[in-house]
Amino acid sequence: MALPDLFSDYTLRTVALGAAALGTTSGALGSFAVLRKQSLLGDAISHAALPGIALAFLLTGSKAPLVLLLGAAAAGWLGTLLVMRIVGSTRVREDSALGIVLAVFFGFGLVLLTWIQKLPDAAQAGLDRYLFGQAATLLHRDVVQIAVLGAAALAATALLWKEFKLLAFDPEFGASMGFSMRRVDVLLTSVLVLAIVIGLQTVGVVLMSAMVVAPAAAARQWTDRMGRMVVLAGFFGALAGVAGAVLSSTTERLPTGPTIVLCLTALVIFSLLLAPERGIVWGWFRDRRNRRRLHTQAVLADLYALARQHPGQVHGHSVATLETLHPGARHELAELESRGWARRMDGDDWAITAEGESEEERRRGGEEA
Amino acid sequence: MSERTPAIEVNDLTVAYRDRPVLWDVDLEVPSGVLMAIVGPNGAGKSTLIKSVLGLVRPAAGQVLVHGRPYAEQRRLVAYVPQRGSVDWDFPTSVLDVVTMGRYGALGWFRRPGKREREMSMAALEQVGMQDFAERQISQLSGGQQQRVFLARALVQDARLYLMDEPFQGVDARTERAIVSVLQGLREAGKTVVVVHHDLETVPEYFDWVLLLNVRRIAAGPVAEVFNEENLRLAYGGRVPLLQRRGSDPQAPLRAPGALAESGTRG
Repeated sequence: MALPDLFSDYTLRTVALGAAALGTTSGALGSFAVLRKQSLLGDAISHAALPGIALAFLLTGSKAPLVLLLGAAAAGWLGTLLVMRIVGSTRVREDSALGIVLAVFFGFGLVLLTWIQKLPDAAQAGLDRYLFGQAATLLHRDVVQIAVLGAAALAATALLWKEFKLLAFDPEFGASMGFSMRRVDVLLTSVLVLAIVIGLQTVGVVLMSAMVVAPAAAARQWTDRMGRMVVLAGFFGALAGVAGAVLSSTTERLPTGPTIVLCLTALVIFSLLLAPERGIVWGWFRDRRNRRRLHTQAVLADLYALARQHPGQVHGHSVATLETLHPGARHELAELESRGWARRMDGDDWAITAEGESEEERRRGGEEA
Repeated sequence: MSERTPAIEVNDLTVAYRDRPVLWDVDLEVPSGVLMAIVGPNGAGKSTLIKSVLGLVRPAAGQVLVHGRPYAEQRRLVAYVPQRGSVDWDFPTSVLDVVTMGRYGALGWFRRPGKREREMSMAALEQVGMQDFAERQISQLSGGQQQRVFLARALVQDARLYLMDEPFQGVDARTERAIVSVLQGLREAGKTVVVVHHDLETVPEYFDWVLLLNVRRIAAGPVAEVFNEENLRLAYGGRVPLLQRRGSDPQAPLRAPGALAESGTRG
């Protein structure tokens, strides 16, 4: 299918818009989770949502996404409050508490789901799509719901921007100024729950946490400002969401959640390797250049010292001599020659030039200063 | 409020972490307008005392008043410098942004900092000599620069009482002098400054009031009266860090080397 056709196609347009909306929301909100070093929180919330989906279906008999979404939100929220409670009132640390809640809720959700599937009623079919997500099932109505809830989450974030920043950077200082950091925490978590549950139908509970963590991790590579990071993470989330959702609905038997996550993974790897300043590749080049410069300087210093031992005459020194002083000198000599700091006498003998001497003296002067 | 109301009044304060008392039945009165050091060995409860004043830890018993009233009613009058290590300095934010956080309390919920807050923050940065770093990312700062940024954030709170947790930790001698002169400037402006301090030698040089603490209150008062070997021995057990003492009288005030003339005129 050609690209223009893609977006005139009703299903695809729906899927793309839905994925963009949920990706933007989870990416932006995920930044706060990542900055608070609570990356696992998204995982706990989304897994904890599963029993909520199953219970909502059992209680109402409805499979309407909005009903299931409310169940998911309630369960996800309950799960997080439980984590805060466990951390606050026992010696269990946060990571363990998250792990406990995640496993218990998810396990309970799977039990319910299995039981529901054995019910003698055809209506139950399809709940299991919430495990890995299925973009093709998105309807126009679902997309509107995702967009409205996502916009509400983003608006709340804009309103509570400085409170969220305090919570992420220095909660104790925030508390000293009279902000109830517990309340801010509950608010941020609630918004995060919202951002996560709107993605469950498309991405699924198992991989939704990637939508929270990965865009933020990628965005952090590109900027040193929180505002830009949140916007960029939203953009990355949308990009991966659209790419993954379109790929999976144009290809048969390709589950949406994993496809979106693969697109995100590509973004993360690209950012880790190539982002300016923080990118691994640039760091590698920087290290190499620095090492190289140090080697070149060392050989120049050797030549300088040797010239000092033979004052008043230009005297060549063999590569072999220089190699014993500094292994690998052969390569550095070519560099020195290209800069005009050393010259080849005859054969394999080298000497420092006047420019080289003044360079070395300048460098030594700089060290002493 | 009269100047005779103490800046801080602590009555029978006891704080415990689980079954271990961190502060035991502490009474303290910090007069308005002093520059006070809190000294004591590790685990003496120095930070906990500051956090109790700020309402950040819940006491098992006792009461704290700030300028005569509970802290919750007096927040606007108090500024706080937490320990430098308490935050993540790789956080994606700028120096100016961190300083502006000091205005968040006055702004209250939802309201965003604007031009006025930015100007106040720049002025505070100038006061600590960090104005050229306003747009820097905070991870690019040295320890001393981080400490000065935290100090600027407290200055921008425009308070009457400043509580600082180890503001000299990890700073070089020049930065330490710069910070001290800011603190002395605050005292001259009539503010009260309380500092958790580690370097006993500089206590007489920098401060005019001191609290010696080791879970219990050992002594508190003017440096010239209570900062002596006897009290230090009580606070630190046998392990009193090396200090110069004039004469052999254990109750004689201790003086920092090179600061004899200066501290002699004070108190």
